[in-house]
Amino acid sequence: MTTWHEYLESGLPAPEWPYPVRYGSEIEVETDVLVLGGGIAGCHAAINAKRKGARVVLVEKGATKWSGHGGAGVDHWLNACTNPCSRITPEEFIESVSRDCDSYDCGPSLYINAQEAWETLLDIESMGVMVRDMNDEFKGAAFRDDETKLMFAYDYKNRIDIRVHGHNVKPCLYRELKRLGVEVHDRVMITGLLTEGGRQAARVVGATGVNTRTGEFYVFRGKASIVAMQAPGRLWTFSTEYRSMWNDLNNAGEGFAIAWNAGAEFVNLEKSWPAMITPFSYIPYGVGNTSNTWHGTPIVDTNGKEVPWLDRDGNEVRTAEERFEPSPGQKFILGPGQHVPHTYENDPKVLAPDLSERIRKGEFVLPLYADLTRLPEKERRAIFGLMVGNEGKTRIPVYDILTKAGFDPDKDMLQVPVLPVDAYNKTSGVNYWAGKAMPLLRAGAGGLLVDWDLRTNLEGLYGAGGTVSGAGAHSTAATGGRYAGRKAAAYALTAAEPIIDPEQVRKEKARVYGPLQQKKRSIGWKELNAGICRIMQDYCGQYKNQETLAAGLRLLRELREAECSRVYAATPHDLGRALECHTMITVGEMVIQACMVRKASNKFLSFSRIDYPAMDPPEWQKYLPIRLEDGEAQVRELPLDYHLRPPYAAGYEENYRIHCEL
Amino acid sequence: MREKVYMVPNQPTPNRAVDFNPDICNGCNRCAQICRNDVLMPNAEKGKPPIVLYPDECWSCGCCVQECNRPGAIEMLHPLNQSIVVIWKRKETGQEFRLGMKNPPAPNTRPAAG
Ligand SMILES: Cc1cc2nc3c(=O)[nH]c(=O)nc-3n(C[C@H](O)[C@H](O)[C@H](O)COP(=O)(O)OP(=O)(O)OC[C@H]3O[C@@H](n4cnc5c(N)ncnc54)[C@H](O)[C@@H]3O)c2cc1C
Ligand code: SF4
Ligand code: SF4
Repeated sequence: MTTWHEYLESGLPAPEWPYPVRYGSEIEVETDVLVLGGGIAGCHAAINAKRKGARVVLVEKGATKWSGHGGAGVDHWLNACTNPCSRITPEEFIESVSRDCDSYDCGPSLYINAQEAWETLLDIESMGVMVRDMNDEFKGAAFRDDETKLMFAYDYKNRIDIRVHGHNVKPCLYRELKRLGVEVHDRVMITGLLTEGGRQAARVVGATGVNTRTGEFYVFRGKASIVAMQAPGRLWTFSTEYRSMWNDLNNAGEGFAIAWNAGAEFVNLEKSWPAMITPFSYIPYGVGNTSNTWHGTPIVDTNGKEVPWLDRDGNEVRTAEERFEPSPGQKFILGPGQHVPHTYENDPKVLAPDLSERIRKGEFVLPLYADLTRLPEKERRAIFGLMVGNEGKTRIPVYDILTKAGFDPDKDMLQVPVLPVDAYNKTSGVNYWAGKAMPLLRAGAGGLLVDWDLRTNLEGLYGAGGTVSGAGAHSTAATGGRYAGRKAAAYALTAAEPIIDPEQVRKEKARVYGPLQQKKRSIGWKELNAGICRIMQDYCGQYKNQETLAAGLRLLRELREAECSRVYAATPHDLGRALECHTMITVGEMVIQACMVRKASNKFLSFSRIDYPAMDPPEWQKYLPIRLEDGEAQVRELPLDYHLRPPYAAGYEENYRIHCEL
Repeated sequence: MREKVYMVPNQPTPNRAVDFNPDICNGCNRCAQICRNDVLMPNAEKGKPPIVLYPDECWSCGCCVQECNRPGAIEMLHPLNQSIVVIWKRKETGQEFRLGMKNPPAPNTRPAAG
C-alpha cells in the first residue's frame, strides 16, 4: 500500500492531514541576520554570519538537509583559481569572462567566486565532503595531482575546476549549521519582505512566512536579511506528466517577487536562455551524451563508427585526455553551466559540430551510443563512477538505478535518445538529455543588482546565489553566500533595532490565507501554473515586440484578478503552491516590463526584438536596472562596468580588498 | 478482483515515484521528513511505510533513498516516459537491455566513487 489510491481502495476512510493544522496562528522570531532560503548560498551565508558572531535564523521552504538545486549533489567545483595547482589567476579569469560576456553578467559575484572558491571548498572539506582522491583510486591519472590528490575536470592543464565527491554536500552543511547553533526553520515558505514603516524602498527589517505543513504564519524580525531563494524555475514550462523538472519545484521565484515588491533593483531580467530541459527531456545525465559531467565521452553510431571530437579550429582530437586540454593558442577552457556563452576563446573540445548534416548524409546511422569502454579505465571511472556518482540527481537516480539494472560501463554502451536530426548539433555542450530543444522555450535569467557588499539598493537587504544576476553555479552560490553572510553580519552588529509595521503584516497575512477562502469556480495551482506558462511562452517567447509584450502584461494582470483570485488550497501544502502562482505572475510582470524597456536586440542577452532588429547598437550596451515604485516600474541606465567606477575603485582586486571583510 | 468499487480520480502521473518494501521499511519516516516536496506523508498506522501523496511533485532526486538507513526499504522510480528509453547494448554480444525490462541482466555491484 504505497499510493493514496491504494490506501483509499483498501476501504479506509480518506486519511486526515498528518500534521497539526493551525491556520492563522502567528509565530514571532527575532534575530540579527535572517537568511531566506536554505540552499547552497543560504547555508554558506548562515554559517559565515554565525562565525562573525551574529545571531542567525535560516528559513527554508523544503528541508534544509537536502533542499535546493545543490541538495542532490555536486560533481564539479568551478573556478577555484587560487587552488595550489591552478594556472589561472582571478584577474586572468575575470578578464576572460568579461570579454566572453561582453561585460554583461560579470560584476562582483564572479570575481568573488574566483577569489574564494578554493577557500570555500576547503571549508566544506572540513565539514566532511570528500574533495580529494583519499582512497588513491585515481593515482597516476592525467587529471590528478599526486601531491594534493586533487582531481580536475574540463581543462587538465589549467586546473581550476575540481572534481569532487559532493553527493552529501547538503547533509554536511546542515550538520555545520546545527553545530554552530543556527536556528533553522524548515517547511516555512517566505511570502514577503517587511520594510521600515511598511514603505517601499525603505530599510528591510524582516520577512513573513507560512508553514506548508501546519499553515502557521511567521513574522521574522531581522537587522539584516539575505535573499538566497534561487531564480524562478517554472515560469515558461511546467508539466508534471512531461518531466520539465530540471528546476526544483520549490524555486518558484519568491526571491525575485518579494524583493521586487519591496523596491529592490533587478538587471538582465530580459535575458533569455534556451531552456536547459524542455518538457520532452530525458533523465538528466541518464542517457548517452557528452555534456558537462559526461564531457569527453566517445560517441559511436549504430555500426560502431566513432564520431570525431574537434578542437576550436576544427582539427580532430585523437586521445581521450586531449579532449580535456586547451586548443593550440587557447589560454584556458571555461567550465560548463555558468551562463557564459561559448566563444572561440573559452570553448572546450567538442563532438563534431556538424553531426546533424553528417547523419542526414548517411555518414552516421542512428541510434548513437555513448561508448565509455573506449576510454582508459581511469577516465571512464571518473565520468561514470566519480561524476555520475556524485552530480546532482545522479547518485541514486542514475548511478544506482542503472547499475542495479545491470548497466556496466566497462562492457556496455548507453544509447543516446533518438531525436530529430537537428537536435544532434552542438547545443549547450551537447546535452542530448535536454531532448527536442525548441528555441521557442526560453528560460529566464538575470536577478538582483548588487554592489561590492553584495547588497541591493535597499538598506539591510543582501543577495546571494541564483537570486543575484550572474551568480549561476554551485561554487558561485557558495562563495556569494559566504561573502554576503560576512557583510550582513558586519552590518547587523552595529545596525539599529528593526521595527516592524503591524499594518504591513496584517495585509500580508490576509493575502496569504486568501486561497483557503475560495468557494466558487475554484482553480488548482497546477492548472493555473500551466496557464501562466502559456502567457509567457506566447507573449514573452523568443521573438518579441512592444505590442505582444504589452498584451502579455495585460493578460497576466487579468489572470491575477480573475483566475488567480479563485485559486483554491485544500491543505497547507496546496496553500504554498497556490501562493507560488501569485509569485509567478509577479515575476512574469517583472520580466515583461524589463523586456519592454530594452528597445534594441542584444546578442549576449539572447534578446530578439522584431520591432528593433538591429543587433547590439552601441547606445544600448548598458544595464537597465528596473524596480517597482508605487505600483509602476521605474528604469534607469547603468554602465556595464558600474562596479569599477566611482564610488568604487577601478580594479577588481582593489575593490575586493576594500570590501571583502576578511 | 475487488469486492467494492470506489469513486476515485485518476492517478496523478507519475503514479508511484517511489516504492517501499514493507518487510524492510519500519515506518521511521526519515524519508518523509526530508523530502523537499512532501511527496511522502507519514502513515496514520505507526510502523507502516509512508504514503506517496504527491507523486506528481517528485523531483526524482533520490534524496529519500540516501536518507534511509535500511537498505532496500525504499526504491526510487523514474516515470515510464523517462525510463523506457534508457537503453544499453552489451558490446561483446550485441544484446540490448533497458531499464524496467522483464528479465534484466545481473546487477553491477560496483559502488560509486566517494
Ligand atoms: C541536477 C543539478 C546538478 C547541478 N550540478 C552542478 C555542479 O556539479 N556544479 C555546479 O557548479 N553547479 C551545479 N548545479 C547548479 C547548482 O546546484 C546551483 O547553481 C546552486 O544550487 C545554486 O544555489 P542557490 O543557493 O542559489 O539555490 P538552491 O541551492 O537551489 O537553493 C535555493 C533554496 O531556496 C529555497 N526556497 C525557494 N523559495 C523559498 C521560499 N519562498 N521560502 C523559503 N525558501 C525558499 C529552496 O527550497 C532552496 O532550498 C546543478 C544544478 C542541478 C539542478
Ligand atoms: S523507507 Fe526507510 S526512511 Fe522511509 S520510513 Fe521506511 S525505513 Fe524509514
Ligand atoms: S526522489 Fe526526491 S522528490 Fe521524490 S520522493 Fe524522493 S526525496 Fe522526494
